[in-house]
Amino acid sequence: MREISVREAIRDAMAEEMRRDESVFLMGEEVAEYEGAYKVSQGLLQEFGPERVVDTPITEAGFAGVGVGAAMMGLRPIVEFMTWNFAMQAIDQIVNSAAKTRYMSGGRLSLPVVFRGPNGAASQVAAQHSQDYGAWYAHVPGLKVVAPFDAADAKGLLTAAIRDPDPVVFLEHELLYGDTGQVPDGEHVAELGRARIVRPGRDVTLVSWSRGVSAILAAAETLAGQDIEAEVIDLRTLRPLDRATLLSSVQRTNRIICVEEGWPSCGIGAEVIATVSAEVFDALDAPPRRVSGAEVPMPYAAHLEALALPDVETVVRVAREVCYVDV
Amino acid sequence: MAASKRVEEGAGELSPLASLAARPAAAYEPMPNGHEQVDLGLPPGELLDIHRRMLLLRRLEERIGQLYAMGEIGGFCHLYIGQEAVAVGMERATRSDDPVITAYRCHAHMVVRGVAPELVIGELLGKAEGVSGGKGGSMHMFDPARNFYGGHGIVGAQVPLGTGIAFALKYRKTDRVCVTYLGDGAISQGQVAEAFNMAALWKLPIVYVVENNQYGMGTAVDRASAVSALHKRGESFGIPGQEVDGMDPVAVEWAGLTALEHARSGRGPMLLEMKTYRYRGHSMSDPALYRTREEVQKVREERDPISRVAELLVNAGVVEADQLKAVDREIRATVMEAVTAAQTMPDADPAELMTDIYSGGS
Repeated sequence: MREISVREAIRDAMAEEMRRDESVFLMGEEVAEYEGAYKVSQGLLQEFGPERVVDTPITEAGFAGVGVGAAMMGLRPIVEFMTWNFAMQAIDQIVNSAAKTRYMSGGRLSLPVVFRGPNGAASQVAAQHSQDYGAWYAHVPGLKVVAPFDAADAKGLLTAAIRDPDPVVFLEHELLYGDTGQVPDGEHVAELGRARIVRPGRDVTLVSWSRGVSAILAAAETLAGQDIEAEVIDLRTLRPLDRATLLSSVQRTNRIICVEEGWPSCGIGAEVIATVSAEVFDALDAPPRRVSGAEVPMPYAAHLEALALPDVETVVRVAREVCYVDV
Repeated sequence: MAASKRVEEGAGELSPLASLAARPAAAYEPMPNGHEQVDLGLPPGELLDIHRRMLLLRRLEERIGQLYAMGEIGGFCHLYIGQEAVAVGMERATRSDDPVITAYRCHAHMVVRGVAPELVIGELLGKAEGVSGGKGGSMHMFDPARNFYGGHGIVGAQVPLGTGIAFALKYRKTDRVCVTYLGDGAISQGQVAEAFNMAALWKLPIVYVVENNQYGMGTAVDRASAVSALHKRGESFGIPGQEVDGMDPVAVEWAGLTALEHARSGRGPMLLEMKTYRYRGHSMSDPALYRTREEVQKVREERDPISRVAELLVNAGVVEADQLKAVDREIRATVMEAVTAAQTMPDADPAELMTDIYSGGS
C-alpha cells in the first residue's frame, strides 16, 4: 500500500491501462501539454506522446462524438471533460450515441468509452460550474455511472471503467483531488456496481457517494458520541445501483438517510428511497429521508453556497429525528 | 479496376454521363454478341452493374413504401428514391474495408454495402432476424462486419462519429478512409462544424459526402444555409470541396475516387456535395407541400439517374430495351422474394426486450 492523492490515483489508473493496452488513449481539453486543467494527466504526454494524449479544441459535442466513433472501431477512449458542466454540450453523444447504440444495433456494436471529469460543486464557481449530474446519467439504460470517494476507489474503479466494454460516466470531484489515501500497490481493479459499507452500524443507514461520503462519515462520528451507531454506505456506482447492499443494511438498521449534493427532485436519493420503500417497507421504523442540495442554481457567495449544500449538522439532526431521540 | 488511372484522368474534369453520352458512335466497337463496345472510360459491364445496383435500391425502397402504406412498417421511414446514384457511385469508389456511416436515410447504404435486402426488410418488420433484431428499425441499422456503422437518428450526430472512426483508422495506422454521409439540413448543425475542424486539424482520413437533396425536411437549402453552395462549408477549415452531379453515378464515382485518394494519401478530409433529389417526402408522413408536383416531375424526367443510365446503355447499343426490362423483372422478383423471406421470419422475441443494453447480454 502507498499513500497517494485521488488526482494521482486517477492518473496512475490511466497510465497503467495505457501501458497495458495500446487501444487506450486520452483526449480532451488541455489534457496533454497543460497536463490537465486540474493536473490530473501529469506526465502522460511525456510518456505516451501526442498520438495517445490528445489535446482537443474547445468542442465538447465534437470530441465526445469522436470518442464514441473511435470506440465503435474498438479503441478504448478516455474522454476528459474539463468539468461535467461542459458535457451538457455533449450530452447528445453520451446519451443518444454512446448509451443507445449497442441496443439499437441488436448487440452488434460495443462502445468501450469512458467519459470522465470533475462533477458537482467546487468552491464558489457558481451555477454554471457547480452542478451534480449523477442523477442525469444514472437515469440512462446503457450507461454505467461511477462516482468514487477515496484514492483506492478512484484507481480501482477507473481501471475497471477503462476495461469495461460499455460506456462509463466517471464522476470525479474537484474538492477530492487533493485528498490522499492508501492505494494497493500494483494492479488494482475494483468491481463496478458494488457499494461498500465503509463503517458498520446498527441504528441508521447513511448513504452517499463521492464527496458526500466525507459528510456522512463525519456525521457518523458525531452520532457515535451520542450513542447512535450509524452504518455508512458508499454507493461508488450510481448505475447499476447495488440495491442488495442497501436493502440488507436497512433490514438491519430499519432506518435510512440518503445524502446527495445534487437537487433532490428525481434524484439518486429518490431512487434509493423508492427502492427501499418498495422492497423492505416492513423493515422501516421511520420514514426514509433525504438530505440534499437546495433546489436553486448554485449561488456564488461562500455563505450562500454553504447553505445550498448538504452539511454534517443537518445529517446529524435528521439521523436523530429518524431515531426518535429528540422526541 | 484501374482506380488510380481513372483518378488521374478524372482529377481535372469529372466525366459525367452527359459527356459519355455525347461521344460519337464511332467510339464504340462491336461486342462479340453483336452489340457495340462502348468506350466510356467504364467498360459496359460496369455501367450495367451501376444500373442494376441503382434499380435494386429503387425497387426495394418502392416496395418498402408499399409495406409502410399497408401498415406493416411502423415509425419513421425515410426513403432513398431519387438519390440512388450517390450510394451506388460512392460504393463503387469505396474499398470494402473503408468504413461508412450515415444518418437515418440508411436502407440503401446498407444494401449497397452488401447487406441482404431481407435483413433490412426484416428489421423494418420488427423481426428477430432483422439486422438489429427488431430493436433499431428504419433509422438504426448497423453491420460492422461489412464496415457499415449506421444508421443514426440524430441529424448531424453521425458526423463526429464518422470523424472518430477516421481518428481510429489513423491511430491504427491503416490506409482505410471513412466515408461519412450527411444531408443538406445536417450541415448547419454545430457538431458538424466541430467535426470538420478536428478532421482538418488532425488530417484524418475521411470523406464527407453531403447528400444535398434540396430540402432539409420541408426547408429548402437557401432558406436554411447562408451559403447555398454547401461544398464551400468546409473552406474555413481548409477542407477542399467539390460540387458533383449527384444524379449521375459516374460523376459520383469519379469524384469519390478523387476524394478517397486525397484522404487515403494523408492529405486530410475532403467534402463532396452531391446535388441530388428525393422524389418522396422527407419521411412517409410528409406530403411534401413545400414543392410542386411539377418540380418533382421535371427532375424525374430530366435527371433520373436510372433512366439516364438506361438510356445511355440502349442508345450506345450495349443492350436492348427489352433486356433492361428483363433485368427489372428479375430485380422485382428478387425484392419480392426478400419481402417474403422477411415476412416469414419470426417476430423479435419478447425475451429480447431487456438484452443488448450492456455487454454480457443484459
